[in-house]
Amino acid sequence: MGKNLVGNHIRKLRFNHDEMTQQQLADKAGVTRQTIVALEKGNYSPSLELAFRIAHVFNLPLEEVFFYGENTKK
Amino acid sequence: MTYQEKKSIVSLISAILIFGSFCLYMYPHYPQGGLEATETYRFWGSFVLILTLVSIVAHILISIIFNIVFRITTNEKEPSFEDELDKLIALKANRNSFFMFIIGFLLAMGSLVISQPSQLMFLILITSGFVSDVTGSVTKLYHYRKGV
Repeated sequence: MGKNLVGNHIRKLRFNHDEMTQQQLADKAGVTRQTIVALEKGNYSPSLELAFRIAHVFNLPLEEVFFYGENTKK
Repeated sequence: MTYQEKKSIVSLISAILIFGSFCLYMYPHYPQGGLEATETYRFWGSFVLILTLVSIVAHILISIIFNIVFRITTNEKEPSFEDELDKLIALKANRNSFFMFIIGFLLAMGSLVISQPSQLMFLILITSGFVSDVTGSVTKLYHYRKGV
């Protein structure tokens, strides 16, 4: 299974949002906890719709939650 | 381990147990006599039909029991819906499962072409059904653990 090129800061953002649990984020984004686990491990690139939903949960623009390729900014 | 991973493992084990125990149960009932006797065709027909029914009922029961045990042991509620990742993995599992069955089907037809007894054709068909079921569960488990 090739490593996905779409990375994210979900784990860090959850921690910064009152240590939100994976289940809480999953409920807010309308997915299962398994999907959040897969996203955090970098095992799954979300659809554009799900990426926007997750960004909305954190009240951040998409590019501050997800990045493409090697992350050099954060 | 998440709900989906555990469910894939339970599904895999139950498929093996159901098929194995059903084969052991049906083996002594195999009719004696000629290889092409009508009774033999009746046996294989009932084998497939009963196995299908038993598998459906057993899978439903095992799924209910699994959900109850999951709730008790983890204090978590099982997901009530399928999200995009679940659907993607289910599609991949169905594709691999279907592929395995088609290979088995072609082998079964090939056995008739090279004049093998019809019971071999039934054996290959039933085995490919089992292998396709196992392949589906293994594919799900693989993708839930390793990603898509």
